[in-house]
Order: sequence, then structure tokens, then C-alpha cells
Amino acid sequence: MTLAQDKVAAQGYEIVTRLDFSETTFLLEIRHAALARAARAGQFVIVMSHEEGERIPLTLADFDRGRGTITLVIQAAGKTTREMQETCQVGGHLHAVVGPMGIPSHVGSSKKVVCVGGGLGVAPIYPQARAHKEAGAYVIGVVGFRSKALMFWEDKFRACCDQLIVCTDDGSTGIKGLVTEGVKQALAEHADIDEVVAIGPPIMMKACAATTKPRAIKTTVSLNPIMVDGTGMCGGCRVRVGGKVFFACVDGPDFDGHEVDFDDLTQRLRRYAPAERRALEHWRENCRMRGAQS
Amino acid sequence: MAKKKTIRTIPQDRTPMREQPAGERRHNFGEVACGYALEDAQREAERCLFCPERFCVQGCPVSIDIPDFIRKITEKDFRGAYDIITATNLLPAICGRVCPQETQCEGQCTVGDSLEPVAIGRLERFVGDLAVAEGWINIPPIEANAFRVAIVGSGPSGMACAADLAKAGCDVTVYEAFQEAGGVLKYGIPEFRLPNSVIDSEIGKLIKLGIKFECNTLVGRLFTVEQMLGEMGFQAVFIGTGAGYPSFMGIPGESLDGVLSANELLTRCNLMQARDFPRHDTPLELGRRVAVIGAGNTAMDAMRVSLRLGAEEVHCIYRRSKAEAPARAEELHHAEQEGVEFHWLTSPVELLDDGKRGVRGMRCIRMELGEPDDSGRRRPVPVKGSEFEFDCETVVYAIGTNANPILGQTSKLRLNKRGYIEVDEDLATSIMGVYAGGDIVTGAATVIEAMGAGRKAAASIKRYLGLRDSERVYRAAEPALFGIGERNYVRLHQSVDA
Ligand SMILES: Cc1cc2nc3c(=O)[nH]c(=O)nc-3n(C[C@H](O)[C@H](O)[C@H](O)COP(=O)(O)OP(=O)(O)OC[C@H]3O[C@@H](n4cnc5c(N)ncnc54)[C@H](O)[C@@H]3O)c2cc1C
Ligand SMILES: Cc1cc2nc3c(=O)[nH]c(=O)nc-3n(C[C@H](O)[C@H](O)[C@H](O)COP(=O)(O)OP(=O)(O)OC[C@H]3O[C@@H](n4cnc5c(N)ncnc54)[C@H](O)[C@@H]3O)c2cc1C
Ligand code: SF4
Ligand code: SF4
Ligand code: FES
Repeated sequence: MTLAQDKVAAQGYEIVTRLDFSETTFLLEIRHAALARAARAGQFVIVMSHEEGERIPLTLADFDRGRGTITLVIQAAGKTTREMQETCQVGGHLHAVVGPMGIPSHVGSSKKVVCVGGGLGVAPIYPQARAHKEAGAYVIGVVGFRSKALMFWEDKFRACCDQLIVCTDDGSTGIKGLVTEGVKQALAEHADIDEVVAIGPPIMMKACAATTKPRAIKTTVSLNPIMVDGTGMCGGCRVRVGGKVFFACVDGPDFDGHEVDFDDLTQRLRRYAPAERRALEHWRENCRMRGAQS
Repeated sequence: MAKKKTIRTIPQDRTPMREQPAGERRHNFGEVACGYALEDAQREAERCLFCPERFCVQGCPVSIDIPDFIRKITEKDFRGAYDIITATNLLPAICGRVCPQETQCEGQCTVGDSLEPVAIGRLERFVGDLAVAEGWINIPPIEANAFRVAIVGSGPSGMACAADLAKAGCDVTVYEAFQEAGGVLKYGIPEFRLPNSVIDSEIGKLIKLGIKFECNTLVGRLFTVEQMLGEMGFQAVFIGTGAGYPSFMGIPGESLDGVLSANELLTRCNLMQARDFPRHDTPLELGRRVAVIGAGNTAMDAMRVSLRLGAEEVHCIYRRSKAEAPARAEELHHAEQEGVEFHWLTSPVELLDDGKRGVRGMRCIRMELGEPDDSGRRRPVPVKGSEFEFDCETVVYAIGTNANPILGQTSKLRLNKRGYIEVDEDLATSIMGVYAGGDIVTGAATVIEAMGAGRKAAASIKRYLGLRDSERVYRAAEPALFGIGERNYVRLHQSVDA
């Protein structure tokens, strides 16, 4: 099969499944056989939903070589992701999907691994948990949600984790508290953990790294700075790790959590905050006008 | 027969090109230099002495038959002029606009010894623009062969290589990581210097040659170079991925908001249309005062884009003097006209925090020129005690780029110490059947050099494939050219060079 057959150039990349997990989180399954074949755990794609859209990075939450599809789980945060939430439907198309980007996660050397996903990190941690399981590791999954009603993919996690710890903010299921509580529980129960892998908002990854630091357990985090090209060309994604500067899109996105300067990352994520707010307002305004017309 | 022209009988002044007035153009993205009208071109063509020594040709990296095409202009045979140029240069409308002519063709022009040199670039652009307007295209009769060749990267090197191989009958596919083809021509060089419509029309011609473009394809990650030669069934691959990876200086304050690379600024503006925010989604925040570090073409473009995006003051910080600035003379001149403030012999030592993680200014030190360095330019050395501060809200780095690491990470290609792809004189890489050229081999260079490299690689690929129309016939000892293992690679190449 050639690439050309994977997509219809003029239309873009077909959306084959859409699933809404909550008011803000939704799943898109996209047809792209070549990408599904190439994808490895820990990699991401850059997506443009339409021709005038922004290029936004999204971690591969799943890929199915048999079906020839990749899966993205998206949290509606600002203009682009909210617009996608409104417009992306089955049968529709994304203007651009490019990847897989980034260096695949290193899998295979750790015998017992804790895979932690919080917030928008729950879905992206799944391929890592599965990859570690396939490589023969004992996998402890730790996933965090605001409450039981917002939980998703429990069955998928149970299928690849030897143990699953669910954390909710309100205690409606699993342990009450942040994912760090789950990590602490795993560390307390197992003395022989080789690695903790954490994906989520910078503050959560920072907290996980702080939790594992006293026991010097290898901690891998997946960084999500603002990106433009994702090919190492713009330097917008630069992060500080161990006092040195790296470009997360080509040198990462995985880095040693004990060396990452999370404050720097958090701050740099706010770089375009005023512009992002304007974009959102402009879009809302347009939506209202459209609403008024119809 | 007209009298022989001499330096005394030709029009003494170079024919000026109409330009958008500086005060107006610094607020729009319309083209700055408007091109020659027919009469302008003919007058300027009269200034060429048609010298037998053809020094100008030696100055052009692809050796265009310059006096011959200029003669055609004087004869009003514009199509003839186009045919002569395109025998060596596929992109006259582009090179006429962006070549650093003063160091290439025009730098060698005999007329330039006593007067201003013949405006070769402007004449070339005139012919190129006419070709775009008239829809001229030179497609030779193409005899399809069974060879499939892949090109990685759609910049000038990839475009040129693709065109030559398509004309030789190969089935050519160009893979590009971005959503649009064109490389730096698209994402880097702004529209007021090189309109996107010119690039698109050149790409349109390539499509007419039967070349396929696959955008949104990151080679190395979606598939590897080795897979292209293996399961994907390509017989040869050309790599023209450009340089990329922008450099920073490593001084304090570089991770503050408001510090970015020129590549990021230009990509947001040119490719992602941030200038049309929020209609287009990509934002770009520049403060009132922008400081750009560096004085090459990239720096000039970043500064002039900043002005057009509404910056009130734009400063250029460069550690050497104006004479060493690597930008095209015309761009430097245009930037001056548009009101960029230049701080020559100045180097930043620290970017200053405004207390809210933004930039409030920059501390700089004055430099003086010392002994010449490896590049032959005098090395700038700091003047003790000369530090000073000045205010700015945005700092843009345009101090050069390093090699992009992706293909190195994902293939067995041999790289040099600096991470660029290693090639021999035929532009062959360490992998049999894989050739490379342009910025990813030489480091940042020029459009015409990249194009020249693409054409050279195409010639090598034709020889490698045993295609008959190549200039040098391939003299391989082996009867079959494919399926030869790594071990025979050296021997094969020796037989070519023998
Ligand atoms: C490697 C990588 C992988 C990612 N994977 C996912 C994923 O699987 N699912 C998902 O929902 N999101 C993911 N993100 C984040 C996603 O790219 C952003 O949410 C998106 O760009 C926001 O665009 P917007 O226009 O909707 O929001 P904006 O208006 O641009 O921003 C809204 C809010 O989101 C924050 N934000 C902006 N850019 C990013 C970013 N790059 N990372 C984190 N927060 C950001 C801003 O600080 C702001 O508070 C990933 C980011 C990276 C770099
Ligand atoms: C801002 C700026 C202004 C310039 N101004 C001038 C000028 O006025 N005159 C002049 O002569 N020169 C100028 N130059 C230099 C000139 O543009 C370059 O030397 C030339 O474009 C190099 O061509 P190239 O074919 O090697 O690569 P590029 O033009 O860099 O194109 C490489 C392409 O490959 C793609 N790519 C990279 N990696 C991959 C991958 N793994 N898979 C698929 N695709 C990939 C990239 O996205 C890009 O589109 C300028 C450069 C810049 C940045
Ligand atoms: S290609 Fe460039 S260097 Fe060569 S003649 Fe044209 S403008 Fe001059
Ligand atoms: S060197 Fe100048 S005058 Fe002589 S042929 Fe070339 S362009 Fe004409
Ligand atoms: S996103 Fe541009 S260099 Fe990483």
C-alpha cells in the first residue's frame, strides 16, 4: 500500500470514530495506515484541523496496525481544541496529520514499571503501559480523574496492567486524592520498582518526580511545551533539562523527570496566553453570530 | 552592424527598479521591489558588453550563460532568454529575487570594475516573471523508465533534483514534513521579498512534469531511508532536508517569554499566517521594541517582518561591523530604509527579566575587530567596561542553525562531526543509492547553491541508475546495479572516479 492510498489528498485525514468521555474530553480515531504502522509508544503527532488552523501537538493515545488507524484523546482547552470538539465528526477530515514525532519511549530494560497518567495524560500513558507489558514488565497503572463519572478506558488499562490504581479528586472511586497518592501507594507496596513514567500537566509530573526522588527511582516524564513544526526547526519547544537546553520535539519528548526544570516549562507554556484568550473570544463571538443567524 | 559596445558607450547608470516607498511598505506585506518593466529590462540589457571572458558566468554557482540570455533580451527574444536560463536554472523568478548577486554573478561583472555592474539578477527576474505570467514551461519529451526515486524535502535542492530526474523519465515522489511544499522559500523568506504565488507556480510546473508531492510526511519517523530503498521500492533517494535547528547563545535570560528564534517568528508569520491572527489561529506576540541578534538574511527578514507586524522600534545587534554582515546588500539597504536601527560591533551578554518572566531589555557589550579568524573575517573582541543596557520586549535569535538530527537518529547515514550528512564529490552518502545536497550537507548556504546541489545529485543518480542521457556514462564493472551489498559499494565508486 502506498501513502497516497492512505489518504485522499484534497480532503485530508478521515475521522472514523468519535467518542466523548466528558464535557471536555473526546476521542478521535483517524485513518492513517502508514502512521499506525510506524507509531511507537511515547510518540506524538501534529494536527491541523483545517487550512487556517494552528498546528497542535497531540500524543498518540493508541494505534491499531490492523485497522490502520491512530487514536487521539483531546482535552478542549483553548480555541483550537474547542473548535475541534465542535467540528470533528465521524466522516469528517483533519486537514493535516504528521508524525509520528519524537523519539519513542525506551521500553524493555525495566522489569517493574509504574505508569502514571493524570489529566490529559491518562490516554497518552496507555501505549506506554501496553508497551512495557509487551516487553515483559510488571506494570502498575496509576490514573487520575476528577470523579468516577469522568473515568474512561478502565478496561483497556486493566487488560495491560498487572495492578491498576485509580485516583479521584472527590473519592467517588479508587483512592481520594491526586495521582501522587497512587504513586506513593505503589512505592509503599513494591520495593523493587525500576521506573516511574508520568504524563500529565507539568505540575503533576513535577510532583511525581518529587515523590520518587528520595528513593532515586528512575522517573521519565513526557514534556509538552508549545510547538510549531515538531521537526526541530523553530526552537519554540525548547526545555531546560539538567541545566542544558533541548528541543522537546526532536530530543524528546521523554526526559529524566529529576533533571527537568518544570517551572521553566510551566512559564513558557503561558507565553501566548493573552493571544490565546483573544483567539477564544474571537471564536466565541463568531459562534454567537452564527447562532444568531440560524 | 552596430558599433562594438564599450564601457563608454553603454548607459552609464544601472536602471533603477521601482520600489514601494519605505514609509508605506513597512506596514504591508506587498512586494518591496516591483521588478523591471519591458523598457527597463531592455535598457539594462544594453549595458552588457558581452565580454568574451564571461567573468559573470564564473561567479554564478550554476554557470548560467549570462551574456547569451542578456543578448536575447536585447533582441526582444524573451522566450529565447528563458530557454537559455532554464537550461541551468529552473527557478529564475526565485533566484533573480533572492541570490546574493553582489558576491556571485554581479560581483564578477566587468562593467562593475568602473561602473555599477549589469543588474543580472533583475534581468533574470524579469524573464522569470514573464515566464510565470505567460505560462511558459519547458517540458522535454519524457520517456518513462521503470525507476522510482524519492526526494526528501521540498526546498530548492529537492525541487531541482526532482525536476531533472522527472525529465529523465523517472517516477519521482517528493516527501515534505510541512503541510505545504517549498522549504525555506515558503516558511522562511517573507512574501514581500518572494511572493508565495511565485513559488506555487514553480511547484505547479513540477507537478506538470509528473512529480508527486506528499506533504505531511516526516521521513525518518513515518518511514526510514532504509525502508524507502527496501519495502517501498525506490531505487534511489535524494535528501535535501535543509539545516534547521536554530542556535541560541546560552546567555542568561534565554528562556524568558519573548525570546524566540527567527525561524519560529518567520514560520508563524509566513507559513501559518500569524499576521492574520485571529482569523488564522497561530498567534505571534511582539512587543513595542524588538531586538534581533545577527545580520544575515534571516535576521533582515525577521526585522522587516517585525516592523510589518506593528513593532515601533526594531534593533539589529551584530558583533561585527557592517562590512562583514552576511545579508544580501539589497536587503540590508531596504532594512535601513525601513527604519531598522543597527548596532554594529555589539554583542548581547544578558537578557533582562521584567519581573513577570518577560523581557525588559538586554545588556550588551561593545566589540572591536581584532585579528582575522578562520573565516578570514576579523574576529570581534569585547571592549572591557563598555557594557550598556537598552530596552526591548522581544529578542529574536538569528545567529545561524545546526544540522537537523532526525535522519541521523533514524538511519545509518554517516554524519560529519557537526552532524551534517557526509557525501563524496558525487554527493553520494554512505548508503548505496542515497544522495544528499543543500543545507543539510553544506550548512546554511544560498538558494542557488542548494539548487545546484540538487541538479548535481540528479546527474549522479542518473549515472547510478545507468540512464543514458547523463553527461558521464556510468562504467560499473558489475552487470547489475541493484542488489549490490555494502562491500561492493567502494569498488563501484572507484570505478566511477577512475
Ligand atoms: C508533545 C505534546 C503532546 C500533547 N498531547 C496532548 C494530548 O494527547 N491531548 C491533549 O488534549 N493535549 C495534548 N497536548 C497539549 C495540546 O497540544 C494543547 O492543549 C493545544 O495545543 C492547545 O491548543 P488550543 O488552541 O486549544 O489552546 P490554547 O488557547 O493554545 O491554550 C489553552 C491552554 O492550553 C495550554 N496549552 C497551550 N499549548 C499547550 C501545550 N503544548 N501543552 C499543554 N498545554 C498547552 C495553554 O497554556 C492554555 O492554558 C500535547 C502537547 C504536546 C507538546
Ligand atoms: C529566513 C531565511 C532567508 C534566506 N534568504 C536567502 C536569500 O535571500 N538568498 C539566498 O540565496 N538564500 C537565502 N536563504 C538560504 C536558503 O533559503 C537556503 O540555503 C536554501 O533554502 C536551502 O535549501 P535546501 O533545499 O537545502 O533546504 P530547505 O529550503 O531548508 O528545505 C528543506 C525542506 O525539507 C523539509 N524536511 C526537513 N526534514 C524533513 C524530513 N525528515 N522529512 C520530510 N521533509 C523534511 C523541511 O520541512 C523543508 O521544507 C535564507 C534562509 C532563511 C532561513
Ligand atoms: S542564478 Fe543567481 S548567481 Fe546565477 S546568474 Fe542568476 S542571479 Fe546570478
Ligand atoms: S561580465 Fe558583465 S558585461 Fe561582461 S558579459 Fe557578463 S554581465 Fe555582460
Ligand atoms: S516544535 Fe519547532 S523545534 Fe520543536
